[in-house]
Amino acid sequence: MKTFNLIIAGVGGQGGVLASRVFAEAALAAGYKVRTSETIGMAQREGSVISHVRVGERLWGALIPDGAADVLLSLELAESLKGWPKLAPKGQAVINRRPIIPPAASLGLTRYDEGAIIEFLQQQGQRVHLIDATAAALETGNAKTTNMVMLGALSTLPGLPVTAELLWQAAEDILPARLREINRRAFLAGRSLGSCAGTAPLVS
Amino acid sequence: MNRLAEPPRRLLMGNEAIAWGAIEAGVRVVAAYPGTPSTEVTENILQHAADYGIYAEWSVNEKVALETAIAASWTGDRAMACMKQVGLNVASDPLMTLTYLGVKGGLVLIVADDPGPHSSQTEQDTRLFARFAKLPVLDPATPAEAREMVKAAFQLSEDLQVPVIVRPTTRTAHVCQDMPFSPPPKPALPLPPVRFERDPGWVILPALSAKRHRRLNAIQDEVRRWFLQRRLNGITPTWDEGESVSPTALAGCANKAKDLAIVAGGVAYNYVQEGLDTLGVSIPVYKVGAPVPLPAAPILDFLRGKTSVLIVEEQEPVIEEQLTVEAYRTGFALSIIGKHSGHLPREGEFSTDLLLPLLRRFVTDSIHCNRSPAHSASAASIAQAAQGRSADAAASTEPAITTIPAASNKSAATSETANSAVTPALPSPPLRTPILCAGCPHRNSFYAFIQAARSRDALFTGDIGCYTLGAMPPLGAADTIVCMGASVAMAAGFSHIEPDRPHIAFLGDSTFFHSGIPPLINAVYQQARMTLVVLDNRTTAMTGHQPHPGLGRKGTGETAPTIDIAAVARGCGVEWVRTVDPYDIPATIAAAREALDYPGVSVIIARRDCVNLVRRSTPYRIDAEACRRCGLCLRKFGCPALYEVKDTGGEAGDKGQMGKPAVAIAREKCFGCGACAQVCPWKAISPEVES
Repeated sequence: MKTFNLIIAGVGGQGGVLASRVFAEAALAAGYKVRTSETIGMAQREGSVISHVRVGERLWGALIPDGAADVLLSLELAESLKGWPKLAPKGQAVINRRPIIPPAASLGLTRYDEGAIIEFLQQQGQRVHLIDATAAALETGNAKTTNMVMLGALSTLPGLPVTAELLWQAAEDILPARLREINRRAFLAGRSLGSCAGTAPLVS
Repeated sequence: MNRLAEPPRRLLMGNEAIAWGAIEAGVRVVAAYPGTPSTEVTENILQHAADYGIYAEWSVNEKVALETAIAASWTGDRAMACMKQVGLNVASDPLMTLTYLGVKGGLVLIVADDPGPHSSQTEQDTRLFARFAKLPVLDPATPAEAREMVKAAFQLSEDLQVPVIVRPTTRTAHVCQDMPFSPPPKPALPLPPVRFERDPGWVILPALSAKRHRRLNAIQDEVRRWFLQRRLNGITPTWDEGESVSPTALAGCANKAKDLAIVAGGVAYNYVQEGLDTLGVSIPVYKVGAPVPLPAAPILDFLRGKTSVLIVEEQEPVIEEQLTVEAYRTGFALSIIGKHSGHLPREGEFSTDLLLPLLRRFVTDSIHCNRSPAHSASAASIAQAAQGRSADAAASTEPAITTIPAASNKSAATSETANSAVTPALPSPPLRTPILCAGCPHRNSFYAFIQAARSRDALFTGDIGCYTLGAMPPLGAADTIVCMGASVAMAAGFSHIEPDRPHIAFLGDSTFFHSGIPPLINAVYQQARMTLVVLDNRTTAMTGHQPHPGLGRKGTGETAPTIDIAAVARGCGVEWVRTVDPYDIPATIAAAREALDYPGVSVIIARRDCVNLVRRSTPYRIDAEACRRCGLCLRKFGCPALYEVKDTGGEAGDKGQMGKPAVAIAREKCFGCGACAQVCPWKAISPEVES
């Protein structure tokens, strides 16, 4: 099997690292070799966070080269731009369309041009899937499940090395028991967002 | 010459000469921890401190001493920290960061080495430490030279904005030498005041660190050029007071001797010259007074036409290794005799007696004669073998030794541009730096102190932990950040230099136990006037919520004794200690004002659990009608749950607020701490009503 490369972008605190761990564990359960690289420490405090997940049979480094990611999963709108150079020309992107405006933008130190970002992403055609994962997460009662909504949406893409069942199983194993139900609802909400968007048939 | 115009010759001990060198250079702050053989430097400074307007102290340890000196340097004063070689280990944390950030006023470290050792637990070579830190080192051979080198070190430090180490060894520090000396004229006191100027360059953050590391590497060649311009190294060094060697050759060796040369560093130079004198041999000696970073090219120039060089330096082969690398790199064919060849020990102190047999062999024996190791009589030398191979390969090549290769950082330069070219149409994403979490109690503490103190132009010294992010806009609540614990020592240091300005150190609870206690003791002992704010969020938050001695549990989860921070502070001698809840902003501001009015060391413990360890409560909302759009909550407080609503409907904007965007709270991010409601002057923020 060719190596499958997944980039997860987001803002520190959104659970991107957990999402990458869930995907990695699912891939391990599917019988593949796995490498991940995660951003932790200071950068995670509302900073830009990019995680790399590599799945396959013959792996070397954990960092995905530019233009080699099969899928870009972005938990925040503008962060998708930071992960974009990693995406392969025919790679697919699942992007939470909900912006997180950095305080620096309100202070006039930087610019968050939501319109330009949406326009750029729409120009990319069928391979970009914009969803409001934050809204779906809030419906479960906790915005912190945004990462699980995104994983649910991701699970609807064709060509993944893991099934939706394996993904959820891995999430269930990692999450503390008291959070499982709310995250399960979030994962299912993500799956319906992914399939309702008409982007792809359900896996499994 | 009129002898009356000459200063009288006085006998000065090396450490005394160093002290006078510093006083002559206009040092204004000296902090030190005693340690043989460095102690008398500070003893002598303290003795003359009052006369020359110098602030000098025995700090509680070398780290605190260096941090005190850093504070002074950053105000523009010349500052000095003194210690012995093992003391540098203690001071290494601030030193390694200081090398990146650099200095303003000249900052000189006197680090005395103790080969032997006579009075130390290790024989470590400070020059190796300096290579590790990428710092210039001056290595005096005599007390007179040490005095001049200290003055040069201050100049070098200011010229290139790096700290500089002067490294006397026991036989410089504890040697007495006659030299022309009269004390410098006493200045009119008090000296003109200095003031710390805020600059983002004094706050170490990863992005700055990456930039400054490139700069530190880039100035290494500038340092080498500086050494050469000042003739700190060379065949006739500036401060070589020794007698010239008579050119009578040892019987039977006249021909061989002209193929030989010696390179000697520090005090070893004296033993070499005396040894040659004793043997009655004339061999050119290149003296190295500035071994790190070594300007190797002129030494190779000096060695051109020679077949063998003897490198003599106490302790580690610092000169030898740098020279060997450069010789090999430039294809220079030469037999190098020293420590790697097994001819000189890496341990213990040198002496003329120790060197004499080797010098004799060097002149008469075959240890230098054969350039090929296959024919060499002294087969033990790995270095020689390497040199022999290079000799064959490069025999016909003109050695390229006239220029020092420029240090470059190509990989860093190319990686910066690599990403941008992939998709030209990519819009630029917003800058997103890490910031304090929504609901973080540290934001309230910073805000309270800004309210209480910024009108008095207070200085905020920051530290390492989550609260480093207090440096970010809009709080900007860190004027300096160096290393863990430095905030406390530096605030105290600043207070001795700028007594009219409030100085406030911020430190986390875990950092308090890590390295906050010694500088707190020092601040009390030295009678500083400062406030320490312990930002106590009951965990080690940045790294993932590890426990510390204040929490009553261990890493395994087992219960443990609880060490109370307030009690420790009182035990350190702090008389004004108060614990506040930073979620009560008015009370925190009031406590901050009281603390700042206290004429000594005050400690405020701002205690509230990390938001990542407790449940959030009811989120807050902004009443759009009551909001006057002053932006204070956003622009002064800066909770990340607050954001501007760009496209307001016409009806939402009332008169007088035209064009100003409204502020809203991102429900999913709001922690429900209510700080914004306390900050809002219009009472426009309140908890959501449960539906």
